[in-house]
Amino acid sequence: MGLLNRMGTVIKAKMNKLVGKMEDPRETLDYSYEKQLDLLQNVKRGVAEVATSKKRLELQRAKLLQNSEKLESQAREAVVANREDLARLALERKNALTSQIAGLDKEIATLAAEQEKLVAAEKRLSTKIEVFRSRKETIKAQYSAAEAQVKISESVSGISEEMADVGMSIERAESKTDEMKARSAALDELLEEGTLVDFTAGEDDIERELAKLGRQGSIESELAKLKSEVGKK
Amino acid sequence: MIIRVIGQGQYQVKSSLFDDLNKIDNQIVEYVQKGNEKAYKKSLAELIGRIVKEGETLDHKEIIESDIIVPPADMTLDEARQVFKGTGIFEG
Repeated sequence: MGLLNRMGTVIKAKMNKLVGKMEDPRETLDYSYEKQLDLLQNVKRGVAEVATSKKRLELQRAKLLQNSEKLESQAREAVVANREDLARLALERKNALTSQIAGLDKEIATLAAEQEKLVAAEKRLSTKIEVFRSRKETIKAQYSAAEAQVKISESVSGISEEMADVGMSIERAESKTDEMKARSAALDELLEEGTLVDFTAGEDDIERELAKLGRQGSIESELAKLKSEVGKK
Repeated sequence: MIIRVIGQGQYQVKSSLFDDLNKIDNQIVEYVQKGNEKAYKKSLAELIGRIVKEGETLDHKEIIESDIIVPPADMTLDEARQVFKGTGIFEG
């Protein structure tokens, strides 16, 4: 079975869970409408949560950037004072921060994309809810329970599919936000302690060695640059 | 025909596109089985790209069931496996 078929089955199952089985089919409309309003609140909460997490990462990024600038000026001072060892240490720390900042940039971009998606979903859903509400009133006013059946199942299926989509999108956004929250909390701790850890965790030995070589190279060149800058003065 | 891309909404697409989409779908299944993440991602992007490019966004006021449901564009290979197994948020 193809992925599209399978995905259809998944959504169908989610839709079925959203439709309540009522004795009078017209009650199904009211039940669905209530669920729609709940879901709309959930999307709004989701948007707010993603925005908060993004804000937090942006603040951390600003803090890291500040620290990185401070380390650079410390390295400069160390060179002036002929303390190459200290300058090297400061530059090493600065480089570690630079890779952290790059990581944060990626996470911020991911959350911005999630936020955009949820805002669009909220807009789509609220338009559909409005249409559904007026259709629901028409059906309830004009049709008997038996006659209303077909019209109801069309509308309810259509909106349930949208709801299953939005529900899934919220869950996905939430799991991404949770992941970043955990990392963001760990980073906060590091910032507080003022310590640096091995940010290359998760890479294999060769990658680690290569990264180390790369870092050493760039530290040496930065050091040389600082020295020449200071020497010129 | 109406196609929903999860997370992006619905598109009105010409039925003639169905065979092409089906071919890409078969490729995706193969890549998921082989665990070829790069090829999987490329095919999923191609699938969604064709729908978005050749289809038209359905009016948000329409309340209608779709003929085809396409997974979200950022679905990972692991998540695709979950879809086949029916686990996680892709539980039926």
